[in-house]
Amino acid sequence: MPDWLNRLLGRKPDSAVQAKERLQLVLVHDRTDLSPAKLAELKDEIIEAISRHIEIDPQAVQIEISQEGREQRLIADIPLRPRRRRGR
Amino acid sequence: MSATVVTITSGKGGVGKTTATANVAAALAAEGHKVVCIDADIGLRNLDVILGLENRIVYDLVDVIEGRCRLRQAMIRDKRLPTLHLIPAAQTRDKSAVSPSDMVRLCNELRHEADWILLDSPAGIERGFRNAIAPADIVLVITNPEISAVRDADRIIGLIEAEEKGPARLVVNRLKPEMVRRGDMLAIEDVVELLAVDLIGVVPDDEQVVVSANRGLPIVLDGKSRAGQAFRNIARRLQGETVPFLDLESGAGFFERLSRFLRSGGN
Ligand SMILES: Nc1ncnc2c1ncn2[C@@H]1O[C@H](COP(=O)(O)OP(=O)(O)O)[C@@H](O)[C@H]1O
Ligand SMILES: [Mg+2]
Repeated sequence: MPDWLNRLLGRKPDSAVQAKERLQLVLVHDRTDLSPAKLAELKDEIIEAISRHIEIDPQAVQIEISQEGREQRLIADIPLRPRRRRGR
Repeated sequence: MSATVVTITSGKGGVGKTTATANVAAALAAEGHKVVCIDADIGLRNLDVILGLENRIVYDLVDVIEGRCRLRQAMIRDKRLPTLHLIPAAQTRDKSAVSPSDMVRLCNELRHEADWILLDSPAGIERGFRNAIAPADIVLVITNPEISAVRDADRIIGLIEAEEKGPARLVVNRLKPEMVRRGDMLAIEDVVELLAVDLIGVVPDDEQVVVSANRGLPIVLDGKSRAGQAFRNIARRLQGETVPFLDLESGAGFFERLSRFLRSGGN
């Protein structure tokens, strides 16, 4: 059953869909040896390092591992805060 | 003559390495190629029974490596397929009796005598696996369309890359098209997308595989079997031919095609 039809009928997704989604997550971490906890730690350290030099919004920082074929890439999206006038 | 060495391996055990080795070897031999299969699963010898050659064993792989016999003496020739040969695994030894460099040396010696050398690897990521991939020109990774087998295949594919034996080529074995249609088995496209390697074969689950194993007659010799056809196709793709995948292999049922159609057309 396609996913949209299952959702329409309020049913569980097909087990194959679940298997694929679970594998997608597990393979990323198997390949990099980077657990979700370690990734969170890395994110905090990156935020800290960058904040020493430039003002950023820590809440908006996104760090993820992207896949291209079997190649993995760490992608960081770090929006900068607009420069405000000092001494307000 | 200079043989191509093809190693057949997997992460998880029992996914069909020995079945694939025997049948791809028999398919190549049936086309007239000279093939030597080596059972590198030391201590768990099986390729001999699948090929129906178990009664003709005198010497084994470890005898060759330790110099108790000459290479030729350990090669059993199949009487039905006269260009097919087997070097059986030792049964009473373990994987530590052989090193990766032993395997490289052995295969280099054999290269002049054959068109193809097929190596049946043990499962897993240890010594036996390293022995089996050390001499490989091409590595085939076998998996089943199941969550644990796919996960383990990914590990093995990564290790093959790390050993600079990549890119591995994928065989998905034991596909059940009706389960795929019901949405209860990963489709081929899903497995290929997850593992991100090239596909070289899709073999349906087929009871005749068990029957042919019982008889010690490779299933590729059965012209009617779908699994046999799939193994013959792998043998042709190994030779660089472009062979379309069997129809059962797509696994896209009516609903799947409908949803794909709606997704691409509708929004
Ligand atoms: N395509 C298939 N259809 C049905 N049974 C299969 C198929 N491929 C393998 N098998 C069965 O699965 C079991 C394991 O196969 P085997 O080739 O010994 O795996 P491995 O060498 O990876 O341990 C055997 O009983 C075999 O008959
Ligand atoms: Mg085996």
